[in-house]
Amino acid sequence: MPEAITDAAPRARCAIEISGAVKRFGPITAVDGLELDVPRGICLGLLGPNGAGKSTTMRMLTGQVIANAGEIRVLGHELPGESKVARAMMGVVPQLDNLDVDVTVEDNLAVYARLYRVRDVGAAVERCLALARLTDRRRDAVDKLSGGMRRRLLLARGLVHDPQLLLLDEPTVGLDPQIRTELWSLIDNLRSQGKTILMSTHYIEEAERLADEVAVMHHGKVIARARPAELIAEHAGRETAEVYGPPDRLAEVRALAESEGLRVRPAGPAIAIVGAERSTNGSVPDDAVRRAATLEDVFVILTGEEAE
Amino acid sequence: MDAGTALPSEVATTTKIRRLDPAAITGVMSREAANFRTYWKGTAFSSILEPIVYLLCFGLGLGATLVDGVDGLRYVEFVATGMVATAVIFSSAMPAMFGTFVKERFQNTYDAILAAPVDPEELVTAEMLWIGLRASIFGTFPLFVGIAFGLDPKPAMLLVPFFNFFTALGFGAFGIAVAASVAKIDQFNYVTTLVITPLFLVAGTFFPIDQLPEGLQIAANFNPLYQLVELVRGSAFGFDSGDILRFIGLVGFAVVLWRIAVSRMTKRLID
Repeated sequence: MPEAITDAAPRARCAIEISGAVKRFGPITAVDGLELDVPRGICLGLLGPNGAGKSTTMRMLTGQVIANAGEIRVLGHELPGESKVARAMMGVVPQLDNLDVDVTVEDNLAVYARLYRVRDVGAAVERCLALARLTDRRRDAVDKLSGGMRRRLLLARGLVHDPQLLLLDEPTVGLDPQIRTELWSLIDNLRSQGKTILMSTHYIEEAERLADEVAVMHHGKVIARARPAELIAEHAGRETAEVYGPPDRLAEVRALAESEGLRVRPAGPAIAIVGAERSTNGSVPDDAVRRAATLEDVFVILTGEEAE
Repeated sequence: MDAGTALPSEVATTTKIRRLDPAAITGVMSREAANFRTYWKGTAFSSILEPIVYLLCFGLGLGATLVDGVDGLRYVEFVATGMVATAVIFSSAMPAMFGTFVKERFQNTYDAILAAPVDPEELVTAEMLWIGLRASIFGTFPLFVGIAFGLDPKPAMLLVPFFNFFTALGFGAFGIAVAASVAKIDQFNYVTTLVITPLFLVAGTFFPIDQLPEGLQIAANFNPLYQLVELVRGSAFGFDSGDILRFIGLVGFAVVLWRIAVSRMTKRLID
């Protein structure tokens, strides 16, 4: 029975609803009872270390991974049964560049416009070329483009059907800072247009810069979720004090701070005492460098992993 | 499902998504066509040159020295018509095996396609149809070369691309199923040595199968390439009453391998 390409729950608050999702690969549980709702019109950053289950979650949403348990709805369509209809309404920008490198820029876009059943392929291609600022390179083969241009094209390809929902899987992984900033401004623009965006990343700065809300994922589940400022206030307080010195001294400072109930994390050559404003017994040395608490502090405290 | 609201954009050509959706199948084929435009010259060159080399070596070389004729045919006519099947298997099973593996494993192409409203069944079907179309055309080149070497053209030869198409669908599906089943690209060597080469040699291309031991003759009847060779020779020298069964057999071969390829690829692509 053919299914209509329609938003099955246009008035529902959430574009994505994941409840109790579990995905196992043999003995490994990649996603472990995941609960995640993404309200319409926001950009939700899915932040987590490598192996946290972010990419598996993304692939569950595109129907390429089938959950062992739990319920998943995308734009009102239940997965995996109605995955194809849901995919017609969402755009996906993958972590890995999978453009057809010998084919021209415009042909890359045209192929996906057809796959997404776009009515006016020519108009969609023109719109995407403009979006990716590649109109003057339209007839070049993809392998003639720079890394930044290829990333912009990949993003534009995910938008060729003007989707309501966009999944960005580590959209700037491996890119140099200049290209990353360029991509961020494109994504920011989409967010301001009211698109719903779910973006997995392990870059703290990316989540801080783009996400309305951040969900921290670890061992296959969301362990904290809020607006970035709220997450910082709740888990890291106002102030972090970084202490530098030889290992013996850092060990002493750490022990003292922890005896006061403060969280301490490594920060390169230093240690960082999180929530330093709560110290009352002088466990924060006078020569410590005090700074505002950041999302990175939250990430490291919650996951125990170094941030990037 | 709720009635829902139509999407407000330039999006849908159709408002429905169905199983084996023609839009998905032609979309995947358009990707293949876009890529093919970048490398068709090399493929066409080898497809034309290869039968010429074979005909010079076997048809003229062997025919002029050791073999006068086979079953009342000049050896060059025998080989030229047989070479069609060789061209079909080498332009269907081989590109299907290597192309599918590379797109799936190295280029992540199928990840991108399956993120769109396309499922593995449509993907496999589109890949098979593309391979079938290509091989149906390239498979006729030996016939043209044979005509240049003295094979008498016949109107029934217009059916050859049609026979090629169904045979190539089956071998394309075979290649896809193999690609979806191996862990490493090196493992194709086993398939080439143990399956493709014997099929190609025991197809009645270079010598009639009645020269083989009885067991192999019986086995050759289950070789789709042999059935294709017989159909092509039928189109050139006159069909016989069993040819309709041969054609039905080739269609059945394509259908069975299609379902196997879809099943293998679904297992491979959907975790």
